[in-house]
Amino acid sequence: MTNLKGALSALIIAGTMASVAVADPVDDTLIINGETTLVTRTKAPAHVSDALDEVMSGWLFRGTETRAMQTDDFDNPGMIFVEQAEDVWNTADGSEGKSCADCHGASSDMSEVRPTFPKWNDAAEEVFTLEMQVNDCRENRMGAEKWKYNGGEMVNMTALLASVSRGNPVNVAIDGPAQAAWEQGKELYYTRTGQLELSCANCHEDSYGLMIRADHLSQGQINGFPTYRLKNTKLNSIHDRFKGCIRDTRAETYSPGSPEFVALELYVASRGNGLSVEGPSVRN
Amino acid sequence: MRISILTTIAAAVSATALGAAEIAPTAVSFEDGAVSQSLTGVAGDPANGSEIVGDKGQGNCVACHQVSDLADVPFQGEIGPALDGAGDRWSEAELRGIVANAKIMFEDSMMPSFYKTEGFIRPGNAYTGKAADDTFGPLLSAQQIEDVVAYLSTLKE
Ligand code: HEC
Ligand code: HEC
Repeated sequence: MTNLKGALSALIIAGTMASVAVADPVDDTLIINGETTLVTRTKAPAHVSDALDEVMSGWLFRGTETRAMQTDDFDNPGMIFVEQAEDVWNTADGSEGKSCADCHGASSDMSEVRPTFPKWNDAAEEVFTLEMQVNDCRENRMGAEKWKYNGGEMVNMTALLASVSRGNPVNVAIDGPAQAAWEQGKELYYTRTGQLELSCANCHEDSYGLMIRADHLSQGQINGFPTYRLKNTKLNSIHDRFKGCIRDTRAETYSPGSPEFVALELYVASRGNGLSVEGPSVRN
Repeated sequence: MRISILTTIAAAVSATALGAAEIAPTAVSFEDGAVSQSLTGVAGDPANGSEIVGDKGQGNCVACHQVSDLADVPFQGEIGPALDGAGDRWSEAELRGIVANAKIMFEDSMMPSFYKTEGFIRPGNAYTGKAADDTFGPLLSAQQIEDVVAYLSTLKE
């Protein structure tokens, strides 16, 4: 019996490996508006090379039609929200009567920003996500009210800032003062939570390429955020996605903007270092 | 009307009586990953078991396993091995152990433990994202486990 079991588990393992090999993501190239070629798969950064050879964008795991929608800004429903945020970018708000443009110039000048967030903020002495940086500007430079962390204005603004960075590689720093948060994020990534006892890694590292019920599992990268999801027809923030995935393990989730999710975001972003910023992407 | 009330009462009474004989999730005894004793003492119902295996709101086993016998259930996953022939490969006791807590048979398995109530990290209240409250129970009841085991035993090549 023991032998039989041993043979069986060998079979199971062989079977699993074989299916990972054949369930590869599509072989396709993401070119936006016929001009910008995006990196959707590349060699894994050194700090994840023990777990992955290659890192891949979620775009490669979506169906033909969903992928096509992202190749042209006229077909990408997320771009409407980018336009709305562009108006907000240029509109003065708050007691200082300033707009984002008054300090930063054109939104298109911000192409180096999205790829490096989350990043350490010296003054605040903590890791800032892009949302935290935007709210810091609103509160302390504009004298305006903070936006809700995962509310509409905020997710639109992050879509604008992502859109002007499309094609630039994600490049977050994981060392120096950010290291402690990165370690915490890594710990969270590998913790099996909830009644289903599943970690991010169970689904997105061990099982990407496989079907879990109707879903084709990707590597759970965040280079495409915010994502316009056909399922709920709106832009979805990174922390809302984390929340949904953790909820699906029948766990008590963390809140958008919580220190845990900031740390997890830094860690997950770092797993995609080298992939192009793609937001706003289209997903199902 | 009176008959149906009586039937309901009778059903409730027998459920309570069974409850007494039921083995609690914390009291199941595993031997090499297998559980030889029935969790309820009542023979499993394979028809109900097949419902549970295919139903998203119950076992949702097809989220991870293909089952040719359930060809009418769409979107079968491929995380675990196909369950075809499981009744040939495993004894009833082994199947009971695997469904109750697969992590004892298969170390670190991704398969959830369906008859377990302790040892979770941040357990939630079903799929609400909120913390578990005092309604927290195992993913499947003792009789549901028996039904699933009875169904798996019918899966022969
Ligand atoms: C039970 C399985 C499961 C677990 C556990 C899980 N996810 Fe997911 N996740 C999915 C599915 C299914 C999707 C949708 C298909 C896809 O993009 O992979 C998804 C999508 C995502 C996406 C969107 C990717 C894109 O390109 O649009 C991100 C990011 C993500 N997950 C991160 C995480 C993180 C971080 C964790 C842990 C906190 C986690 N997931 C845990 C199943 C899971
Ligand atoms: C989240 C994924 C997942 C779910 C849900 C799941 N399983 Fe599994 N199951 C697995 C994996 C993975 C294995 C392979 C064992 C291992 O971990 O090495 C497995 C193994 C098994 C085996 C032994 C396989 C064989 O035939 O040799 C049986 C039987 C089984 N599962 C039954 C079930 C039943 C019944 C349910 C639902 C009540 C279920 N599983 C739900 C992932 C899952």
